[in-house]
Amino acid sequence: MKLKAIPLTALAVCILGANSVLADDDWGWSRRAPDVAPVKNELYQSECGSCHFAYQPGLLPAASWEKLMGGLADHFGENAELFEDTRKTLTVYLVTNAADNVDGYRRSAKILRSLNGERPLRITETPYIRYKHNEIPPRVIRNNKDVRSLSNCAACHTRADTGSYAEREIDIPGIGRWEDD
Amino acid sequence: MNRVIMIAALGLAATAAVPAMAADVVDERLAAYQAEGAGPFDAKKGKAMWTQQFTHAKADKPRSCATCHTDDPRAQGKHAKTGKAIKPLAPSANPERLTEVREIEKWFMRNCKWTVGRKCTAQEKGNLLSYLRDL
Repeated sequence: MKLKAIPLTALAVCILGANSVLADDDWGWSRRAPDVAPVKNELYQSECGSCHFAYQPGLLPAASWEKLMGGLADHFGENAELFEDTRKTLTVYLVTNAADNVDGYRRSAKILRSLNGERPLRITETPYIRYKHNEIPPRVIRNNKDVRSLSNCAACHTRADTGSYAEREIDIPGIGRWEDD
Repeated sequence: MNRVIMIAALGLAATAAVPAMAADVVDERLAAYQAEGAGPFDAKKGKAMWTQQFTHAKADKPRSCATCHTDDPRAQGKHAKTGKAIKPLAPSANPERLTEVREIEKWFMRNCKWTVGRKCTAQEKGNLLSYLRDL
């Protein structure tokens, strides 16, 4: 009885799990860790996430975060100033979890490699992120009233808040699923 | 042992603490602004400022509080740039609002600079808080 049950269970796991275990756009198996480490810092979530998607620290290298957190009075044209104690706490969080300070997160590693030493302020200016989105026509992002900008990750990446950016999870407002040709 | 129990009890009391009421926190703020020489405060002037259009060097078109928060602070707003939803600002529609001094002052700091192009005066802040509290 027991001998029979094990292969059946294993088979079921294979069938049910195949879809989620196989990475979507690479050929690797068993991608257990998310693409980037998810945000687990409540202060970051509430302070930064009140105006925009709380971008995971692993989407930029430490030097980018330091520069960004040093210029909050002009945060891409907005005023995002914080009290000094909060600013310091969040800078430490961002730097500690930056792409060049974490291990084992696939997309953090890819972003970092693509940068080639550059330290941009915008995630959307990192070569890897640009390359991943470069064939998307304007109607999908720019002219899509529910997306508007490449910086609006969670508009299409339905599990972006968990640090997962798999292609099969994409659901574009007004368009639906997205497949690379 | 007694100390452990006492610490545990204190911890429980802290987590069960009643959240601050907006009215009390606003009163405290108004008193603080008065101490800075401002007052008396006028909710009507706060209301007028809410929709007043400000033009300044950094903005390509006029800005007001209503740009993001809508004309009615009891309604859900929308961030002018990112489009992210902003919960209602009036405590009558959202009791979590105006319950923390630091939050109030942080948002005044940022949003007055964005909207008006400078810090708000204690008088303006008092007028705005009076307006929001009374809605």
